[in-house]
Amino acid sequence: MPMMTVSHDMDFVTFAIQLLNAVQYGFLLFLVASGLTLIFGIMGVINLSHGSFYMIGAYLAWSLTDLSGNFWIAVICAFAISVILGLFLEKYLFSYLYRVDHLRQVLMTYGLILVIDSLRSLIWGDDVHGVEIPSIFNGTIQITETLSYPIYRIALSAICLLIALGLYILIGKTKLGMTIRAGSFDREMTQALGINITILYRLVFSFGIALAAFAGMIAAPVSSVFPGMGDQILIVSFIVVVIGGIGSLKGAMLAAMLIGLVDTFGKVVEVRVGTLSLLPELSGVSLYLLMAIVLIWRPQGIFGGK
Amino acid sequence: MNINLKKLNFSRRTFIKNFLALAGVSSIGTALTSCSRKSSKNIKIGLMLPYTGTYAKLGKAIENGFKMALAKNGELDPESIDFYQVDDESNPAKAVDNANKLIVKDKVDILIGTVHSGVVMGMLKIARNSDALMLIPNAGAGAATGSQCAKNIFRTSFTNWQPTYPLGKILMEKGHKKAIFITWKYAAGSEARAGFEEGYIKFGGELINTLYVPFPNVEFQALLTKISAVKPDAVVCFFAGGGAVKFVKDYAASGLKDKIPLFGSGFLTEGVLPAQGAAAEGLMTTLHYADSLQNETNKSFRTKYYEKYGKLADVYAVQGYDTGLVLSQSLNKVDGDFKDRSGMIRAIEGMSVDSPRGQWTMSKAHNPIQNIYLRQVINNDNKVLKTAWDALEDPATGCGLI
Repeated sequence: MPMMTVSHDMDFVTFAIQLLNAVQYGFLLFLVASGLTLIFGIMGVINLSHGSFYMIGAYLAWSLTDLSGNFWIAVICAFAISVILGLFLEKYLFSYLYRVDHLRQVLMTYGLILVIDSLRSLIWGDDVHGVEIPSIFNGTIQITETLSYPIYRIALSAICLLIALGLYILIGKTKLGMTIRAGSFDREMTQALGINITILYRLVFSFGIALAAFAGMIAAPVSSVFPGMGDQILIVSFIVVVIGGIGSLKGAMLAAMLIGLVDTFGKVVEVRVGTLSLLPELSGVSLYLLMAIVLIWRPQGIFGGK
Repeated sequence: MNINLKKLNFSRRTFIKNFLALAGVSSIGTALTSCSRKSSKNIKIGLMLPYTGTYAKLGKAIENGFKMALAKNGELDPESIDFYQVDDESNPAKAVDNANKLIVKDKVDILIGTVHSGVVMGMLKIARNSDALMLIPNAGAGAATGSQCAKNIFRTSFTNWQPTYPLGKILMEKGHKKAIFITWKYAAGSEARAGFEEGYIKFGGELINTLYVPFPNVEFQALLTKISAVKPDAVVCFFAGGGAVKFVKDYAASGLKDKIPLFGSGFLTEGVLPAQGAAAEGLMTTLHYADSLQNETNKSFRTKYYEKYGKLADVYAVQGYDTGLVLSQSLNKVDGDFKDRSGMIRAIEGMSVDSPRGQWTMSKAHNPIQNIYLRQVINNDNKVLKTAWDALEDPATGCGLI
């Protein structure tokens, strides 16, 4: 049996910075995954095209920043556009999906990925773009002799934290949140109680879509804007939702943080079996390994019901 | 599978109306035209390139350059060529089928393709056992002109080994004795790394670590933190496209750019400089081409390309152009008799090409022996500092032709 060893060359400061990286990545993942878990958990729709809305958000932020010259104006307009897009799509496409099986949902939303990708290519082309960091956050904090941390990344985490809190209060503490939760338990009964479930679902859906798009917008300055960016985030978001438990915001937050940690430390901590280094190979599969372990332990996800 | 629409909770008409509206829009971009008049006397050229997806732009640039070269020399009457186009979608799973369609069904004489290395490896399986002439206008997988090389397969672009091999010498000239290499964990990244390491060790450098990011993940923060803790003399990288933009921006934002210089294979700053902005300023990279190369062939090529297509030429257009030059020069040698395959192959072996990237010659393993240039980003443009290596030949390990 070869000896398995774990080695790293981290001092405390480096470790703390890596922790910051992990939390910061986790917050962004939560923002994307929260919309997915809402739509999945409350409306029972598997939306494979969720990542495409992340991409749309980023492209909107880029093109509108170019037009208006101001990132924040661009974000406000882009958010409005995504909400309208969400309302429109719910009415003409997604509202047909509530009572059909998951296979049809997967087929239609996969088709939507292709449609959105082609539209993106027609409207914005296939080029890679970058968005300037807004000037008030355009600075860095010197942490170590060689490393500094961009203020925008910290601001990004703060924005995500605020939205997480807002969602928690909205779903858990308000009357609107109560009706949304009721609607997810029993659609017919909620409707019988005089609540317009059609409108309610339309709002939740467009809000879920807008969350993904918003994540794309605010990530655009630290990321780059490119075709296919949605596909990457989609897979990780699904892992977050599945690990956290479908429909659970608390679960999504915990899972996003776990994945942030595993992804970050998976890339820098070296695992050796005998003399064979597993580092690069392991960082690619660490997320899936985490998902497999959690699902063996709790098939319904950490905070999943039933 | 028979889907009963009535079982769905909405009318068939609404569904079809909505679906077709979306499907109609989406297919505009992917519709491809094919030549209608085919004659047996015409030379059949199969273009297997990406026309959709991430590499769509590269595929188009290669096709533009290729057709421009054919028109320029005038040896080929455009009316005497039948083009067969296939969108390879950069999908290796479809590579064998697509190549089969062109070679077996359409019986093309010449197969041009492609951008993605994985797709090329699939095409090779079919092309090797046929008498079609295959010209690779981009994909840098070493095996295509290495262990998998064949008499009827030529490359007009580069191997992944070529652009990074001279970087080792450059780093040592600048006194950077310890370096870290960072790339995606995929074949092109590993081959670029191998090229760099070979050159670096030869000139006395020490590659202290290689950091891999799973492809196509773009979360670099953890590895940048690691780099800042290890403090090498320099960092060398291989990234392209969206990943290249994000890596360069993250590297600058983390403050590393002013402390530990970043070098890279030239694809790091090709076609993405506007998106990288100030973060790319000052970066040094090595490649077999640069837009700003000051030779007459390049200048006139760029002018004519812009006049013809309304776009600025890039390295991919140059590679497409050179593919066209190789084809037309070899046809010239056999007086246009494209059935004389062995005559064409003899003509291409050792052929000298007057390319916009400078003069290059075809190696025995069928890959360009070419100059690699050291470029630096100055005012958002890749300026050539000097020739990093004159006439660099890929070692073509495992090729039976040498």
